[in-house]
Amino acid sequence: MTQTPPALQFQRDAHRYTANRSERAWIRRALRGYYAKRDENRDRFSDWAAARRAAAAIKTEAIDRLDYWLEMFEKNFSAHGGVVHWASNDREAREAVAQIVREKKARLVIKSKSMTSEEIHLSAALEKENCEVVESDLGEFIVQLRHEAPYHLVFPAMHLKRDAISRLFHDHLGTPETDSPEELTMIARRAMREKFLRADIGISGVNFAIAETGMISITENEGNARLTTSLPRVHIAIMGIEKILPRMEDLALFLPMLATAGAGQHLTCYNTLICGPRRHDEVDGPEEFHLIILDNRRSLLLADAEQRDALHCIRCGACLNVCPIFQNVGGHSYGTTYQGPIGAVITPHLRGLKSWKHLPAASSLCGACTEICPVGIDLHHHLLRIRRNGAIASPRWWEKALFEAFALVASYAGLFSLASGLGRWGQSWTQWLRGSWADPARAWTRGRDLPPPPPQSFRTWWKQRQAAEP
Amino acid sequence: MSTSRTTIFAAIRQALRTPRPHAHRTLPKPTTPDFQLWLPPVGATASEWLDQFRERCNVLKTRLELLPSLEAAAAVLGQIAHEEQWNRLAFHPDPRLQKLVELTQRPSLCLERPGAIAELADCAAGITLCESLIAQTGSVLVTSTTCGGRSLSVLPEHHVVLAWREQLVPDLTAAYRQLRQRHHPDYPSMISLITGPSRTGDIERILVLGAHGPKRLTILLLDAPE
Repeated sequence: MTQTPPALQFQRDAHRYTANRSERAWIRRALRGYYAKRDENRDRFSDWAAARRAAAAIKTEAIDRLDYWLEMFEKNFSAHGGVVHWASNDREAREAVAQIVREKKARLVIKSKSMTSEEIHLSAALEKENCEVVESDLGEFIVQLRHEAPYHLVFPAMHLKRDAISRLFHDHLGTPETDSPEELTMIARRAMREKFLRADIGISGVNFAIAETGMISITENEGNARLTTSLPRVHIAIMGIEKILPRMEDLALFLPMLATAGAGQHLTCYNTLICGPRRHDEVDGPEEFHLIILDNRRSLLLADAEQRDALHCIRCGACLNVCPIFQNVGGHSYGTTYQGPIGAVITPHLRGLKSWKHLPAASSLCGACTEICPVGIDLHHHLLRIRRNGAIASPRWWEKALFEAFALVASYAGLFSLASGLGRWGQSWTQWLRGSWADPARAWTRGRDLPPPPPQSFRTWWKQRQAAEP
Repeated sequence: MSTSRTTIFAAIRQALRTPRPHAHRTLPKPTTPDFQLWLPPVGATASEWLDQFRERCNVLKTRLELLPSLEAAAAVLGQIAHEEQWNRLAFHPDPRLQKLVELTQRPSLCLERPGAIAELADCAAGITLCESLIAQTGSVLVTSTTCGGRSLSVLPEHHVVLAWREQLVPDLTAAYRQLRQRHHPDYPSMISLITGPSRTGDIERILVLGAHGPKRLTILLLDAPE
């Protein structure tokens, strides 16, 4: 069975989604509250602009000496008793986790939110090992029950209304229907409690990996990551190589920025540092702690020095929230793990330019993403750069020919005059063609009007005006 | 040494041979104390810190009780236990917590040995000490060695913290500095910054308290020497 090419799938999904005006209105409403809170918390900063520059500088320091900081991190992490597994690609990462699952004869795995685990399609692989995998984050739990991908980096179920969630819980958990978000949350709380206590292995993501102290930092609001990393006997964490931060003290800047940009909060509810499994003098905690460090083509993005700063990303989701494309085509249309502007930038690097260069083309280039990014990623320029790289890698002969023809015509005043005269004349009598099947530019003209052709060209008008003046 | 490790480091080193094109990308490295110039402002005196902490607790829905003595704290604790009909409250070994729990005269569980964790799931409340309270953010800093392990402060539905005024620090930078001074290089295996009761906005972005962690967070702040 041949799969639909991603570019075509994106066009179809985006087309279908943009036609759904009620869903679009719903997403806009959900985001309005976020904007207000984000601005309120951003204004509390004494100097948000300086904070952004500092965060960008620290991430530059981290990424530009990535090998140095990774080595330091590995040494300090291992000294606390954790085990590091290096994975060049998603297959190796899945296998590393599956191996631990097999060794422990694990039957139940509980997960807290990890986009990296989505990237490597971990849950499906573990289910093949006859292991039940439960997503503990409320939003992830909801989309897991619906067999859907997460809609948004930070808010996986933001596209759903409460009645859909109520019906979902009723169908899967047998709970009575309700329209109270509080009751729905309590249903999930009760359902998950038993899983936390019974799970053999807890799998978490990593927000930051602190090189100097060999710790990982996890940010969350619900407390499910705290429970995932406290109760099961084995803890496995998964991170990309770019999660490195040099010092523990850097968190004093990054945690408030992540909270403000990502969720419009002053600080997220639980920011937890973990170094190692339980100590001998501690009363609880996992006996084993494994960390999977994943490359999966991030080193290729690192090699692209022009776009290297995309590795600064702290996965806050702020760029998704401000992107007019994201708001109107929805998170699922992207067809990737990472949506929105950052997704459009990193996916061509992580999954291949040829199949994914259409994502940067779906952009109004408004630059809102670059403006809001807390770590100074030059997002909208990267979209242009990827388009350029895509055009160089797979040039379209007719596009090249068109531009060469234009260059020729524009180089000679007489030719240009003739061409624009023809264009004005042609515009008026091809009116009936516009937007129809015979129009070669119908992808554009279907939804756009050209301004009415002027009676004369500027040059002619100017000449006449000059002649009229005394 | 794994071959994947070798491959990854080789790829990274090769990639970093090409420097970034823009000169302005090499910004001067900021020193940690500068953060406070840009973060939300924090007061200069302990009294201002307390006001700021109180304001934050109010926004976060953390209950803050400022009390003159351990006995007064026990009275408040007993009242909450009665209102919420706690079956059992859990705490970790510490003479002051021990005294507090004894004064409330409620059934309790002391997490003295690893086996006791199994009974923790049935306790309505968990009482812990803390490393520090942070004024700027309204946070409580706990660790697994000084505050009873990893689960005590997150599993029971109500988390109560016994703290003293001198534990109040102005901002996150001060909290991390203190952590380093106290624990480096033998850090506890878990260090958590708790900012309010557990919450979620995953359903229609509406705030609900008590997702998986505690639904209620109460801080008994003693205005007495530690």
